[in-house]
Amino acid sequence: MKPASFDYVVPRTVAEAVQALAGPGRTAQVLAGGQSLILEMHLQRIRPRLVVDINRIPELDGMRVDGDGLRVGALVRHAAFERADAVPGPLGTLLSRAVVNIAHPPIRSRGTMAGSFGWAHPASEWCAIGVALDATVEVTGPDGERALPARDYFLGPHRTARRPQELITAVRLPLLGGHTGVGFVEHRRTHFCFAQVAVAAALTVHDGVISDVRIGLVNSADRPVRARAAEQTLLGTEIGPLPTGRRLPDGHPFARAGRVAAQEDAAPVAEPYADAEYKRQAVAVLVGRTLREAATDLGSRLAVRQGDPR
Amino acid sequence: MKITLEVNGTAHTLDVEPRRLLADVLRDDLGLTGTHLGCEHGICGACSVLMDGEAVRACLVLAVQCDGSSLRTVEGLAGPDGEPHPLQRAFSAEHALQCGFCTPGFLMVAAGALEADPDLADKPDAVAGVVGSNICRCTGYEPIRRAITRAAREQREASSTHER
Ligand SMILES: Cc1cc2nc3c(=O)[nH]c(=O)nc-3n(C[C@H](O)[C@H](O)[C@H](O)COP(=O)(O)OP(=O)(O)OC[C@H]3O[C@@H](n4cnc5c(N)ncnc54)[C@H](O)[C@@H]3O)c2cc1C
Ligand code: FES
Ligand code: FES
Repeated sequence: MKPASFDYVVPRTVAEAVQALAGPGRTAQVLAGGQSLILEMHLQRIRPRLVVDINRIPELDGMRVDGDGLRVGALVRHAAFERADAVPGPLGTLLSRAVVNIAHPPIRSRGTMAGSFGWAHPASEWCAIGVALDATVEVTGPDGERALPARDYFLGPHRTARRPQELITAVRLPLLGGHTGVGFVEHRRTHFCFAQVAVAAALTVHDGVISDVRIGLVNSADRPVRARAAEQTLLGTEIGPLPTGRRLPDGHPFARAGRVAAQEDAAPVAEPYADAEYKRQAVAVLVGRTLREAATDLGSRLAVRQGDPR
Repeated sequence: MKITLEVNGTAHTLDVEPRRLLADVLRDDLGLTGTHLGCEHGICGACSVLMDGEAVRACLVLAVQCDGSSLRTVEGLAGPDGEPHPLQRAFSAEHALQCGFCTPGFLMVAAGALEADPDLADKPDAVAGVVGSNICRCTGYEPIRRAITRAAREQREASSTHER
């Protein structure tokens, strides 16, 4: 099928875009990268009367570090995060490890991070990182600006706290500090598929003890999940030497956290090729692996720092 | 809506409905049927073209979004005298096509990657990223990987002899 007909506007400022979205009695859609929207329009699952193309609004482009956060404008494409040094510190590493799982290069050169928050697919890598790290979604609407904490933003598949007349202008993520290591592990059938399950982790260790940990679960419920129960089991735990074998011993704190994430945090929705039990098992295994990756990442950061002659 | 596109170096002024996809306008309005449509879901990559130098899915871009843009399709790869592009020669030499349906898409994604990175030949992961972007039902991908690597090597050798 081809998209049904619609009106098309190309605002040059955020104010013009918001005005277009607020027009009376019209079902309007923002067009960012179009890598989800145009597909849905092909399938005619979405039939907007008005499409507001935001690609020519210069103020939405670019990302910048301000204070202890990274502000990602609504036109920043997925591809911008492919290099680990595009964003400082462990956050840059986490985003670069996640981004290669989002489709493939020609999709990543158009799709945007903010668009993923707009689309709010339960299998979105960015959205799970957002809830795990307490990101903020900045929106502008007819009544002005609002900053929506990611934890209250996702209401279900493709359902969010954004009002239809509001434009996402940016996503804000906290930069991660020096004592933090990160990991991202995804399980999926092919390059072209969304994740069956994926896990993001940021592990902070002071004096050998886990002082903070964030675990985000991708496609493990009807919305992105922060695995708080699993995080709780780890706080205050001594990290100790990492086990060497391929498989984590069942008694290791990371393996235990994985089982808790699977039983208490995840609420998997069955899909073809991945029923709920399968997904729970995948969550348990991947949480353990991702935490181990984060601990290894932290170890190599500390080694680099100690080797630093300054 | 009136738009202006530069396609393979030639400017075109067109009147298109906003609902029309770039791929359909290239094929139906401009007669450039080298851009193939397989899935129209962004998956197969047969429709890939270069938009301002970057590979995009022409089935997931509206033609009106390209107003003022410069586009390249597979028809624009060969030289003005019809001399095949190094990638086209490499695809032929490595038997990187059988039925040929996927070929225009692979050529354009590879052309975008080659132009963006003169050292592509040394980056097997980046080449794998290009090969993994599209679907081919015939070749098994390995000849496509070899062809892209071959063209990347030739390009680098050509530019280093220029420098000398
Ligand atoms: C083959 C294929 C594979 C894919 N695989 C993955 C994957 O593995 N993981 C993944 O996360 N995604 C995947 N995607 C989707 C892709 O990442 C999209 O880019 C992303 O979901 C949406 O970003 P976009 O900029 O393209 O948004 P669009 O498609 O332009 O918009 C999507 C929705 O969000 C709304 N929206 C967008 N921007 C804003 C804004 N600034 N303010 C308000 N609303 C807005 C739109 O109105 C629309 O409803 C895949 C897509 C394809 C075609
Ligand atoms: S036709 Fe565009 S990706 Fe398949
Ligand atoms: S050569 Fe037939 S699909 Fe690739």
